[in-house]
Amino acid sequence: MTRALTILQAITEALDQKMAEDERVLLLGEDIATNGGVFRATDGLLDKYGAKRVVDTPLAESGIIGSAIGLALNGMIPVAEIQFLAFIFPGLEQLVAHAARMRSRTRGQFGVPLVIRTPYGAGIRGPELHSESVEAFFAHTPGLKVVVPSNPYDAKGLLVSAMEDPDPVVFLEPTRIYRAFRADVPEPLYRVPLGQAQVVREGEDLSIFAWGAMLRVALKAAEQMEQEKGWRCEVIDLRTLYPLDRDAIVSSVQKTGRAMVVHEAHRTAGLGAEIISLINDEALLYLRAPVKRITGFDVPVPLFSVEDEYLPTESRIKQGIAETILF
Amino acid sequence: MPNITQSTLKLTRDEAVHLLHQMWLVRFFDEKVDEFFARGLIHGTTHLCVGQEATAVGACAVLRPMDKITSTHRGHGHCIAKGADPKRMMAELFGRETGYCKGKGGSMHIADLEKGNLGANGIVGGGIPLATGAALTSKMKQLGYVVLCFFGDGAANEGSFHEGLNLASIWKLPVVFFCENNQYGMSGSVKEMFNIENIADRAKAYGIPGAVIDGNDIVQVMDTVETAVQRARDGHGPTLIEAKTYRWKGHSKSDARKYRTREEEQAWRARDPIARFRALLLEEGLLDVGTMDEIEREAAREIEDAVAYAESSPMPALESILDDVYA
Ligand SMILES: Cc1ncc(C[n+]2csc(CCOP(=O)(O)OP(=O)(O)O)c2C)c(N)n1
Ligand SMILES: [Mg+2]
Repeated sequence: MTRALTILQAITEALDQKMAEDERVLLLGEDIATNGGVFRATDGLLDKYGAKRVVDTPLAESGIIGSAIGLALNGMIPVAEIQFLAFIFPGLEQLVAHAARMRSRTRGQFGVPLVIRTPYGAGIRGPELHSESVEAFFAHTPGLKVVVPSNPYDAKGLLVSAMEDPDPVVFLEPTRIYRAFRADVPEPLYRVPLGQAQVVREGEDLSIFAWGAMLRVALKAAEQMEQEKGWRCEVIDLRTLYPLDRDAIVSSVQKTGRAMVVHEAHRTAGLGAEIISLINDEALLYLRAPVKRITGFDVPVPLFSVEDEYLPTESRIKQGIAETILF
Repeated sequence: MPNITQSTLKLTRDEAVHLLHQMWLVRFFDEKVDEFFARGLIHGTTHLCVGQEATAVGACAVLRPMDKITSTHRGHGHCIAKGADPKRMMAELFGRETGYCKGKGGSMHIADLEKGNLGANGIVGGGIPLATGAALTSKMKQLGYVVLCFFGDGAANEGSFHEGLNLASIWKLPVVFFCENNQYGMSGSVKEMFNIENIADRAKAYGIPGAVIDGNDIVQVMDTVETAVQRARDGHGPTLIEAKTYRWKGHSKSDARKYRTREEEQAWRARDPIARFRALLLEEGLLDVGTMDEIEREAAREIEDAVAYAESSPMPALESILDDVYA
């Protein structure tokens, strides 16, 4: 059976079903129990699983992530919620210096099967620290996996895979589309494998790579370009940012001969640069135009009055498509 | 420093007028902001300090203009009390160019260097080590100013609290750590998030004086902070003050307040810091009811003016989106 769920509901369901199935799974974070989380992702789970498995913590991000590591090292499967991505900063030491490295540091003796879930990205009118998209920090850290769903189906399937993964996964939930739309989600537990991109729209003229909330913006731009100009863009949802699905990226570019990366993160040293470098290594001779980046700017996300201009828009993407195809 | 429980009133009439006026400004400012959020005229999120007027106004009242403060996400009261112009504050919340941070920071990011306000802070606990550094500057350069560091009960459980207080203690810095214990973080009650009766009990662990006070009694706030500021100015180092208070409104924009009872809220409303101060002034014969009512009306008018100013101010220019990231 499937039902139409939002991304948020799909996430709650993944947590719920995994907790029901596996006693080792537990949740910890600020305001996740009584309040059910700032966005209500854990709503109802306290009543169902009790305060031992749905744990309200003090404000202590380093303590939350560190405790999650200790739990993970000893046979539990902790899913820590960080209230907004920027609030992970006080906990980066535990994440980057320990969670990510424990396996290599102990030469494979220990694994850290933890998941950190956190709202991510702009578009909700919260400036700066409530709109962060620093996925590149984590993708740059050996030992971490980085996952970003763009729709309810993937949100559930990817989160289940993340909870079953033997290594630490940073699971970034695009806040802007948490409740923006519904899509069919099967009721039984299922998995979407990590590390696999998905072609969400086929095309021959240009490959667009996007993730999270930018996926739908890119898709709309691609649709409009087909109507307006007859150009057929392929749109690929990367879904996992580390490890990247290199084959999917390379084979699409080999087919279309043109590429664009859309991300809302700051431009400099953003993931777009890495993807372009990969294309450069593996598909340079197929290219008919320079690879385009449509990104946020190198500034903290500003207040609402100018926020929309910070984010990549359909019109910026369309312009980029035109420039690339007409190059 | 002994715990000060007795309030001693030694105010002039002008001082009383000023304090009452400021308390009303703080209250009306935040009530307006609440209204504009509800009406969708301001976006994002905001944290209101209605019910906590005595801590902000009382603590800043004993500072000299040269002294500095660090503020928090719940900082409108601190700003006003340190001399900010409500017009420019309101403009900031409305995202207008005339705001303190050119309309790009909003509610959680107001700073006012001219008045010694080193800024509100979107990271809970983020201001604590920063206050320590500001105090270190004062000491190293013999500038004579004292730093008053506001933070919440929730912040006291962040690692930055420990590091900031210990540094200030071993370096004997001119800083006053002022905890506004409003009984909750977002939803986490101090009863569950601490295993001690009073946060100020931790002062002992840093080898500094601690004081627990009634944060809804402005006179007690002033007396205690004055003693601590004097101590800091005389070179004897930091003090940790914990003022027990209560936020009347929800944590932020959307808060069903599931974590506390309506009875508890009523009990705290009965301890309204403004009503208490009015009663005291009347009892002491310092101000009559007519004068106090006029002070209230005057403050309400000023806030209306602030709104008009904000609404008639221009939005930031689009090109300005890239400004001010570097010198
Ligand atoms: C490092 C960090 N973690 C979490 C948050 C989200 N958050 C904002 S305010 C708040 C509660 C803060 O409680 P307290 O320090 O008591 O201040 P109060 O809101 O009660 O004034 C939380 C959890 C944040 N802004 N920064
Ligand atoms: Mg609090």
